Amino acid sequence: MPNCQETLKELELFLDSELPNARIEEIMVHLTGCTDCQGAFEFHAELRAIVRAKAKRDHLPDGFTDRLLACFEPQTDPD
Amino acid sequence: MSAQEAFTADAMQYAPQLFSTALRMTRNRSDAEDLVQETYIKGWRSFHTFQEGTNLRAWLFRIMTNTYINKYNAQKRKGTEVELDDIEELFLYKRLGSIDQSQLSSSAEDQMLELFTDDEVKNAIESLPEDFRIPVLLSDVDGFSYKEISEMLEIPMGTVMSRLHRGRKAMQKMLYEYARERGLIVEPVTIEGTGE
Repeated sequence: MPNCQETLKELELFLDSELPNARIEEIMVHLTGCTDCQGAFEFHAELRAIVRAKAKRDHLPDGFTDRLLACFEPQTDPD
Repeated sequence: MSAQEAFTADAMQYAPQLFSTALRMTRNRSDAEDLVQETYIKGWRSFHTFQEGTNLRAWLFRIMTNTYINKYNAQKRKGTEVELDDIEELFLYKRLGSIDQSQLSSSAEDQMLELFTDDEVKNAIESLPEDFRIPVLLSDVDGFSYKEISEMLEIPMGTVMSRLHRGRKAMQKMLYEYARERGLIVEPVTIEGTGE
């Protein structure tokens, strides 16, 4: 089972869903028994969620959808 | 519905996501609008090369990222890669973690994060040098995998990972500065260069 140092080193890979399932399980086992690492993981998961939510709240400008729809001019089907 | 109509409908559902990412990339509304428009024009032109059943969203983001990089000549400046300061691991957590010890509930850190405004989060991302900003955007905001980002930016996976790591720390440092400016975090006073 990974120790604290190894666990924290893989924090980003874990949150990015880039670890193999077996490794995820090992890390989960460590987190269950280690409140320090658990705190760090929860904090970064929350930070990620907040960045994702807050950096996305941009409204499309008025009339922009029409401008984009105009990009799709009819094409002759190559078939 | 014809294949072309279906493609238009499918593609248009990603307009808000593409626009948000375009805004963070270009940091300018009018450039962002042009970038998204150009993405759809190019996407529509190469519609026949799109294979149904593959990931349309990733395909559009790839077109947009390439367009942005080519148009703004980003990442072409070989040998002029901007470096970021070396920032301590778990930068923000270590600083917000200390608040925990002053009797606040353990959810205080989470609530703390909620206090960041949309603009602060957006500015923190936009403040990153481009080499770091684009991977962070594609991962943290748009949720693409290392492999997808590596393909979009045509850089090795290891480079994606190291740029994400350094970019995220720099973003945390920026958020920390915002929190401090607003008095959300009180740091032990360190006086530097004020003795004139």
